Amino acid sequence: MRRVAVIGVGCSKFGELWDMSFRDIVLSAGIEALEDANLEGREIDAIYVGNMSGGRYLAQEHISALIADYAGLAELHIPSTRVEAGDASGGLALRQAYMAVASGMHDIVIAAGAEKVTDVGAEMAMDILSSSADREWEVFCGANLPALFAMIARLHMEKFGTKPEDLAKVSVKNHRNATLNPKAQFRREISLEVALNSPYVAEPLRLFDCAPISDGASVVILASEEVAKKYTDTPVYISACCQASDYIALHSRRDITTMDAVVHASKQAYKQAGIEPKDIDVAEVHDSFTIAEIIAYEDLGFVEKGRGAELIREGVTELDGEIPVNPSGGLKACGHAIGATGIRQAVEIVLQLRGDAGKRQVDAERGLALNIGGTGATAVVTIFER
Amino acid sequence: MLPRFWRKIKYRYNLVGTYCENCGTYYYPPRNLCPKCRRKSRIKEVQLSGKGKVISYSVVHDAPENFKMMKPYVVALIQLDEGPVITSQLVCKPEEVKIGMRVKAVFRKYGEEGESGIIYYGTKFVPDEKIG
Amino acid sequence: MVGIVSYGTYIPKFRIKVEEIARIWGENAETIKNGLGILQKSVPDFDEDTATIAVEAGREAVRRARIDPKEIGAVYVGSESHPYAVKPTATIVGEALGVGNEYFAADLEFACKAGTAGIQICMGLVKAGMIKYGLAIGADTSQSRPGDALEYSAAAGGAAVVIGNDGVIAEIEGTYSFTSDTPDFWRREGQPYPSHGGRFTGIPAYFRHITSAAKGLMEELGLKPSDFSYAVFHQPNGKFPVRVAKMLGFSTEQIKQGLVVSHIGNTYSGSSLLGLCAVLDEAKPGDRILLVSFGSGAGSDAFSLIVTDEIDDFERTPKVWDKVMSGEFIDYGLYVKLRRKIKFG
Repeated sequence: MRRVAVIGVGCSKFGELWDMSFRDIVLSAGIEALEDANLEGREIDAIYVGNMSGGRYLAQEHISALIADYAGLAELHIPSTRVEAGDASGGLALRQAYMAVASGMHDIVIAAGAEKVTDVGAEMAMDILSSSADREWEVFCGANLPALFAMIARLHMEKFGTKPEDLAKVSVKNHRNATLNPKAQFRREISLEVALNSPYVAEPLRLFDCAPISDGASVVILASEEVAKKYTDTPVYISACCQASDYIALHSRRDITTMDAVVHASKQAYKQAGIEPKDIDVAEVHDSFTIAEIIAYEDLGFVEKGRGAELIREGVTELDGEIPVNPSGGLKACGHAIGATGIRQAVEIVLQLRGDAGKRQVDAERGLALNIGGTGATAVVTIFER
Repeated sequence: MLPRFWRKIKYRYNLVGTYCENCGTYYYPPRNLCPKCRRKSRIKEVQLSGKGKVISYSVVHDAPENFKMMKPYVVALIQLDEGPVITSQLVCKPEEVKIGMRVKAVFRKYGEEGESGIIYYGTKFVPDEKIG
Repeated sequence: MVGIVSYGTYIPKFRIKVEEIARIWGENAETIKNGLGILQKSVPDFDEDTATIAVEAGREAVRRARIDPKEIGAVYVGSESHPYAVKPTATIVGEALGVGNEYFAADLEFACKAGTAGIQICMGLVKAGMIKYGLAIGADTSQSRPGDALEYSAAAGGAAVVIGNDGVIAEIEGTYSFTSDTPDFWRREGQPYPSHGGRFTGIPAYFRHITSAAKGLMEELGLKPSDFSYAVFHQPNGKFPVRVAKMLGFSTEQIKQGLVVSHIGNTYSGSSLLGLCAVLDEAKPGDRILLVSFGSGAGSDAFSLIVTDEIDDFERTPKVWDKVMSGEFIDYGLYVKLRRKIKFG
């Protein structure tokens, strides 16, 4: 396998982008990435795009060709492929692109992620996102994604003494980080009191425990190590990109408070990268709900099972902590553009490792991105290094 | 969605699950293949008792469109006495539900395809007072 | 010997008091309570309807019968509030009870006596040897126009009986029906609420049919009121059954155990059957019970039952009266929401 580098990144604004269509959003991220990589366009060999539900959000399928077309690449006739794994679709696209380059099949490949959700109403948007859980045996019963994560949170609290305050602190941290990210959806600080007094969505989760559902697109451009050197002096290497799956429904899992897919994907990734969890300097994790960030600390091996809340209590994952987590603001405050999220996480880690993260810059040589689908039936763990 | 609902009526109305005779594991929702035995699976359908206990739960306030009239409602992960954990609604007051409480299956409406569409019936749970 | 092999009941847990309804419509609660002999009525939850009530009552009946549901050869559900205007409730019940696919089934409608009509059909099928057991259910979530006098009584509940000739707890020694075309109460196709003839529902309808059926049956069997330990008459309110009992020569003592209307209201197709089940909860071997239903339109089905020794080994808890007396009170606002009386445009 060849070593794979990221040579360019781009990201649209995340949020309610009323005046931008799906095509506009994708293009804005794509152009930024091409500029960042110093590419004209014709150098690109293939596209992989993560998109969860063009069909239901836009009544538009065949997103792969559409993206190639509106990125101005139609006449290159390059292969373009859409991949889907709920809100881990972006992570999957990254992994497909990574494999295409690592295998020697292609030299320069685009990994994109995009979702346009605000053309349907908020309730429909949540219903569509909830179809990343089991439609027939979970969502049918009124257990949508917030309710399912709420049941994870309830049990984590019961078993390990995690408190509502711990969840709120994740939200406060991520909001604070987002104030430093110009692409973020929510760029204002919130107090612990505001988070703790926000209305319940699904007990024990409150409004500020839940990420928004956002419009947005992100793009990273991958190249083989040799090719990368032609385009950039600051390549960021992907030292592992691993994917794992689990039962689609929460009720079928070995343990409700552990995402085994995350455990498996991260173990593989650490092994492949030849590192241990403690070697990670910065991480973007999938905080679709605050409890998911706390569980991610545990399942990624940053701390042992049940002690995730300690990291947030002790400030370990703050921007100035030992392992800053979600410096971008995470899904909670940067926004959660479903299929785009896995790529946006990669963009953030690359910026951090290149030293291009502006006011939210942390000191890091090695970073990790965790993208999950639904309640954890898919996990993609990617490790980056300078 | 009509054929999709109809296809599983037996399992929804009646908690008919499956059992792997090779390893002795019960499944609900029903499975055609045992994930522990895979090709060695020997699956047969079984009627489950409908008794169990609450593993975890949530009181849903921000309800999906079909469930708005019921809010706040309780959803729960319920471990049936035969072993499998299922997701279901629990018909009780939000303040009544506790982890570990005994529950039993009842027949209720889950929703409908609009005022002129078919009605989705299925299994919910209520506190099983006899056992406490 | 054909008779009742088992029975089960279901009453939704919510109750609304006469006072609460009267408060909304500016009426005098005491006058209404005295006039109707009703204190409160049952109200179905948002996720309950005639099908769910029928299934729950049916499940209790089948469980207590300790029979294989596949031995049930017929399912008849009597109601005037079937969830579907076209598409049977009986198939929902059959599926939920695991009856299989080889069974006779239909929904019945004869206002408040559709449940007892189902018993007669099952009796016929059992006697003819066409089925081993038949399941007859009377269940309703009855409708009433907001502000109408019916709103104080129109309630929800149901009862299911298994009919057979094996393991009979109450032998049906005779049944007799009295039927005429009398439009005292009706609901036209497509109308949300029923209409009624006011006081016309009394003498020419309820009283004429019940007394005729009761007398006809007693005459046929050579029985008199004093031969019965209990009598149950359809109970649209608390007053009519007491008056009809007196007219026929039955004492208050004979009808007391089966008179459940005061605390749950009129459960329509469930009404007289719930009364019968309340009596069976307490009856002893040898007791003779008179059951007379009434359905507007109009007709009455009378039955004479003799309780057998089998009842001593029959599981009779939870009792109907325990279900009647439990419950949780709701206000009128929640009531109109639960009964889907709010129009959203």
